[in-house]
Amino acid sequence: MTTPSNSVPDSLESQRIAPAALAETRPLYWSIRRELWENRSIYIAPLAAAGLGMLGFLISLIHLPRTVRELGTMGPVHQRAMLAMPYAHVTWIIILTGLIVGIFYSLDALYGERRDRSILFWKSLPVSDATIVVSKAVIPMVVLPLLVFVIIVVTQTLMLLLGSVVLQMSGVGAAAQWQHLPLFQMQLVWLYGLIAMTLWHAPIYGWLLLISAWARRTAILWAVLPPLAVVAVERTAFNSWHFANLLKSRLIDWFLQAFNLDTHGGPPIDPHFLPLTQITPGNFMATPSLWVGLLFAAIFLAAAVRIRRYREPI
Amino acid sequence: MTVIEARSLRKAFGTTVAVDGVDLRVEQGRILGLIGPNGAGKTTVLNAILGLTPYQGQLTVLGRDPWTERDQLMLDVAFVADVAVLPRWIRVSQALDYVAGVHPRFDRAKAQGFLAKTTIKRSTKVRELSKGMVAQLHLALVMAIDAKLLVLDEPTLGLDLLYRKQFYDSLLNDYFDRNRTIVVTTHQVEEIQDVLTDLMFINRGRIVLRCSMEEFESRYLEVMVLPEQVAAARTLKPIHERQVLGRSILLFDRGDRQQLAAFGDVRTPSIADLFVAVIGNQAGEAQGAAR
Repeated sequence: MTTPSNSVPDSLESQRIAPAALAETRPLYWSIRRELWENRSIYIAPLAAAGLGMLGFLISLIHLPRTVRELGTMGPVHQRAMLAMPYAHVTWIIILTGLIVGIFYSLDALYGERRDRSILFWKSLPVSDATIVVSKAVIPMVVLPLLVFVIIVVTQTLMLLLGSVVLQMSGVGAAAQWQHLPLFQMQLVWLYGLIAMTLWHAPIYGWLLLISAWARRTAILWAVLPPLAVVAVERTAFNSWHFANLLKSRLIDWFLQAFNLDTHGGPPIDPHFLPLTQITPGNFMATPSLWVGLLFAAIFLAAAVRIRRYREPI
Repeated sequence: MTVIEARSLRKAFGTTVAVDGVDLRVEQGRILGLIGPNGAGKTTVLNAILGLTPYQGQLTVLGRDPWTERDQLMLDVAFVADVAVLPRWIRVSQALDYVAGVHPRFDRAKAQGFLAKTTIKRSTKVRELSKGMVAQLHLALVMAIDAKLLVLDEPTLGLDLLYRKQFYDSLLNDYFDRNRTIVVTTHQVEEIQDVLTDLMFINRGRIVLRCSMEEFESRYLEVMVLPEQVAAARTLKPIHERQVLGRSILLFDRGDRQQLAAFGDVRTPSIADLFVAVIGNQAGEAQGAAR
C-alpha cells in the first residue's frame, strides 16, 4: 500500500544516495586527472603528430592549385579521393600516434606506480583498487579516442581553411574544394570508426593493463611473448594458424565489420574517403567477436584489480 | 577504545616466517614505538594493519578488517611509509588537489598552513625538493587529514638531524592529541624516547618486550660500576653488561634502586641500550644454540 507519507522517506533516501554516488565518482574523477598530470604524452604526442601532419600538408599546398585544376578531368569518386587524401593521411598519423601512446600508457600504468614506490602513497588514501584500475582503463578507452577525435577535427578544419586561402590566392578559387570535400561527413565517419576501433581493441588494453599490474619487470615482454608462444606451439603441434589469425583479426577486423566496402558492382570504394552510406553499425554491434572481446576486457580488468590489491613496490 | 587488536597474527613468505604469532592491542591516545632490527617483521606487521598484505590470524583496526576494507579504513587511518613514496612527477599543488579531491577528511587550508612554515613552493615538483622537504610535504599532507590512527614506518629515514627533530616536534605539537593514536617504527630510537607512551620490541617475527614508558622508567635501571666492584654487582643478575671508558655499565630489570645505588649513579637507560640488551642477548643465544 502506498500512502503519501511514504514519499517523504523515499526522497530522503534518494538524497542520501546522491552524495554516496558523488563520493564514488569524485575519487575516479580526480584519479583520471592525476593520470593526465603524470602522463602528459597523452595529449602532447597526438598534438605533435597533428603538427607534423600539418607540416606535410603545408608543403603539399604547392601542388594543390594544380590538383584542383585537374579535377574536371576526373570522375566524382576520384575527385573526392584526390582532395580527401591529405586529410586521410594526417588523420591516420594522429590515430596511429594515439594507438601507440595508448599501448605504452597501458603497459606502464600499473607497473610504474610500483617501480617508483608511489603505490604506497596511493594506497594510503581512501581510493579502492577498482577505482584506480578503472581510472587507468578510461585513459586508452575513452580519453585518448576523444582527444584524438578533437585534435583531428581541429586539424582538418585548419587544413581546409589553409587550403582555401591558397586556392583563392592562386586564382583557382576555393569553391571546387568546398564542393567536392564533405568535411563534416568525413568527420562523422572518423568518429564512428574511432569508437568502433576502440571497442574492438578493448581486450588488448585490458590485457596490457593486466600485465602491467602483474609483471615484476619487462612488462612489454610478458605482454608480447606469451601470445607469440601460443602461436609457435600451435604451428608446431597442429600446423595451423588459428591463434595467429585470431590476433590479427583482433587488431584489424573492426574495419571490415564496421564498414561495408562492397558496392555491388558500383564504382570501387576509395579508402581515403568512406561515405556515410558505407558505415554498418548494426552489423558491427551484432558481431559476436565484439562482445566476446568486451567480455575478455572486463575479465582482464577484474583480474588487474585483484592483483593490484596484493601488489607492493618492486 | 581499542584502535588495533591483533591475535596470533602470522605471515609467511614462502618458508620464511616474517610475523610469528603477534598479539597486539593499542588503545586510543597512545603513541606506540615498534622497535626491531632489520627483517624483524615490523613493516610486515604495519602492512597487515594498513591492509597492504594478507595475513593469518585475527586483526581488526578501528573495527574493520584491513585486508578486505582497505579503502574504507583509509578514511580514518593516515600513513607515511618512508619519504620516497611521494611520486616524483607530482607538483605540490597537484598533491594538495588530489588528496583534497579523494579524501573527505582532508583540510586543505590546514595543509597549506603547515607548508607556509616551510620553504616549499606550490609550483615545485617533488623531484625538485630535497629529501627533508619531501618529508615535510608528506607530513603536511598527512597531518591535515583528520585521522584516528597515524602509522609511520621509518618516516625520517635518511633525513638529517634538523629535519628529524622538526618532524617529531611538529607531530607532537601540531597534530597529536589524546583522541589520536600513533604507531611508529624507526631505527633512530633515541629521538623518539620522549615521544612515546608505549614501547614494543619485535625480533624474528615475535614480540620480545612490551611496556608503557612509565613502566619502562620504573623497571629498567642502569649503573656505572668501577672495575673492582663489577663482580659484586654481577651477583644482582644484570640482564646486560657493556664497557665504556674502562668502566662497566650494568643494566638491570626490576633491580632494587637503593641496593644498586651502592655501586654508583643509578639512571634510566636509553631505549637504544635496552634494545641492545634484549635483542643482543637473543642474538647471542641464537648463535650459542647454533654452535
